[in-house]
Amino acid sequence: MNSAITVFLKEVRENLRDRRTVINTLITGPLIAPLLFVVMINVMVTRELNKAEAPLSLPVSGAQYAPNLVAALKQNNVDIKPAPADPEKAVREQDADVVLRIGADFAKAWDKGEPAQVEVIFDSSRQDAHGPTERLRKLLEAYGQRTGALRLLARGLSPTILKPLAVADRDQSTPQSRSGLMFGFLPYFFIIGVLIGGMALAIDTTAGERERQSLEPLLANPVPRWQILSGKLGATTVFAITTVLLSIIAFSVVGQFLPLEKIGMTLTLGARFVALTLFVMLPLAALLAALQTLVAAFAKSYREAQTYLGLLNLVPIIPTLLLTVLPIKTQLWMYAVPLLGQQVTILRLMRGDPVPDSALLLCFACTAVAALLAALVTARIYHSERLAISA
Amino acid sequence: MIEVKNLHKGFGKGAKRVAAVDGVSFVARDGEITGLLGPNGAGKTTTLRCLYTLMQPDSGQVLIDGIDAAVDPVAVRRRLGVLPDARGLYKRLTARENIDYFARLHGIETQTMHTRREALADALEMRDILDRRTEGFSQGQRVKTAIARALVHDPRNVILDEPTNGLDVMSTRAMRTFLKSMKAEGRCVLFSSHIMQEVAALCDRIVVIARGRVVADESPDALRMQTGEANLEDAFVKLIGTDEGLAA
Repeated sequence: MNSAITVFLKEVRENLRDRRTVINTLITGPLIAPLLFVVMINVMVTRELNKAEAPLSLPVSGAQYAPNLVAALKQNNVDIKPAPADPEKAVREQDADVVLRIGADFAKAWDKGEPAQVEVIFDSSRQDAHGPTERLRKLLEAYGQRTGALRLLARGLSPTILKPLAVADRDQSTPQSRSGLMFGFLPYFFIIGVLIGGMALAIDTTAGERERQSLEPLLANPVPRWQILSGKLGATTVFAITTVLLSIIAFSVVGQFLPLEKIGMTLTLGARFVALTLFVMLPLAALLAALQTLVAAFAKSYREAQTYLGLLNLVPIIPTLLLTVLPIKTQLWMYAVPLLGQQVTILRLMRGDPVPDSALLLCFACTAVAALLAALVTARIYHSERLAISA
Repeated sequence: MIEVKNLHKGFGKGAKRVAAVDGVSFVARDGEITGLLGPNGAGKTTTLRCLYTLMQPDSGQVLIDGIDAAVDPVAVRRRLGVLPDARGLYKRLTARENIDYFARLHGIETQTMHTRREALADALEMRDILDRRTEGFSQGQRVKTAIARALVHDPRNVILDEPTNGLDVMSTRAMRTFLKSMKAEGRCVLFSSHIMQEVAALCDRIVVIARGRVVADESPDALRMQTGEANLEDAFVKLIGTDEGLAA
């Protein structure tokens, strides 16, 4: 086992001397995701707040046909603008978020007490137009209801006749769980951190060592190959874990600077979150290190290894997308699946939902077993003759 | 002592299988320099790779100091000092760190490692490069470092695959002196080469390999006698039956 430690120490020392790789894996990798989040969320929050408070700028076509409606809109903080010549085109080309069109026969229908049509022209595929459109809809609805109520009163009827049902919303989300929705991609960033942290070493210690022709002399030493492999896997895992630890810490620090309370969210990123996230990520780092080494050992060259590992980086996005697109209820078996288990655990910890100890242990144990299996398969590849021969 | 008995090793599958080594047998004795001579592609490197257990022979036996390589490969590697065909160094480590890494993998104690490393550095005249990172080393400096790390555990048997490949005249001469000093220390030295003069100048025994087979196993003088050629190069061409591969 001493030899495994010798190999481990040498790989760590050699990798630390590669300044560019160290900067990429230990600084850029862990920091880029949290910084990206801060910028993105700040922009999002500021824009949401602006849109809710700022006057709604609304091009209206045919404003002269419905002066009362337009006056009511103006009272509700709407800035009426002259309409573009072709409202549909303006919306399609993103010159306007939403346009209101009032037809020439509006007044006639209104006076007769018939439904008078107004057109809301918008593009539902445009995320940022969603807010203004909803705001305009609500204003129009409110105006319609108010007018309806007045007409009923004028006929001596109670407006409540039209309201047989009173619907009251009781939202059970908490500030924490609402932020879970926004931070659904956070576990993916941690997992990517593991992959980035391990990638350089996984390639360097196998395909790289073979390409630099140093693997053959190394294997001529009186050390069983599994011990050499253990040292290399250990070094890869340690760098992967360091990267993820740094990104978790970076996140919990940066999380404090997010203006989340303004949009009714909070994020729990305390010591408990850091400790438990690290606990479930530990076996995953070993598993991914073993998989990366396996793939790199299988590849014929450094370039090939890089290509394969690039593809491997896409794998963890699958559970992330699944959980985002199909928000299924968390079930115990999910903790047993590597990647999915970590995903679910981190999401629940972040939302402040309880995660039972048994689930944490299940997540740890199952991923650890998978890591062991991957290491055994890698050891088999390591024992093949083909591995050492640099063509 | 290195004994090779009827070694076979092929590559590829089925009908396409090519026998790289096809029944090679020879003995390299302690206190002698044995040269493995043959044109490119004759099977020298494959034979040597079977010796230091990087490859497993299809059949046949390899004995190092009487230990069967198939039975206890780790003990065999412990008794061998190997300079393989591939001799890459770790370029972000210094020459000293490269040597110490292999010493530790052999389980040598720090004090012994220190003594041996310094002795080798003197013998190989590489004291000035010991604390430099190996990135940017000349070919000669690289070979010196690779030899030092291969011999740091003081092995009885030394295997070198084309040790003078890519070396200039001065480095080649230094290498020859070094090989002779290892012989004088009573070690078993086995090296491969395709260069006639080198083998003639150094070897007590020459094993000529062509197309995976041993075509001669004699002393240089006996080889000349056997073929009736006064010139060793002519003897060699006669033995392998072609001059293909000699140009390299």
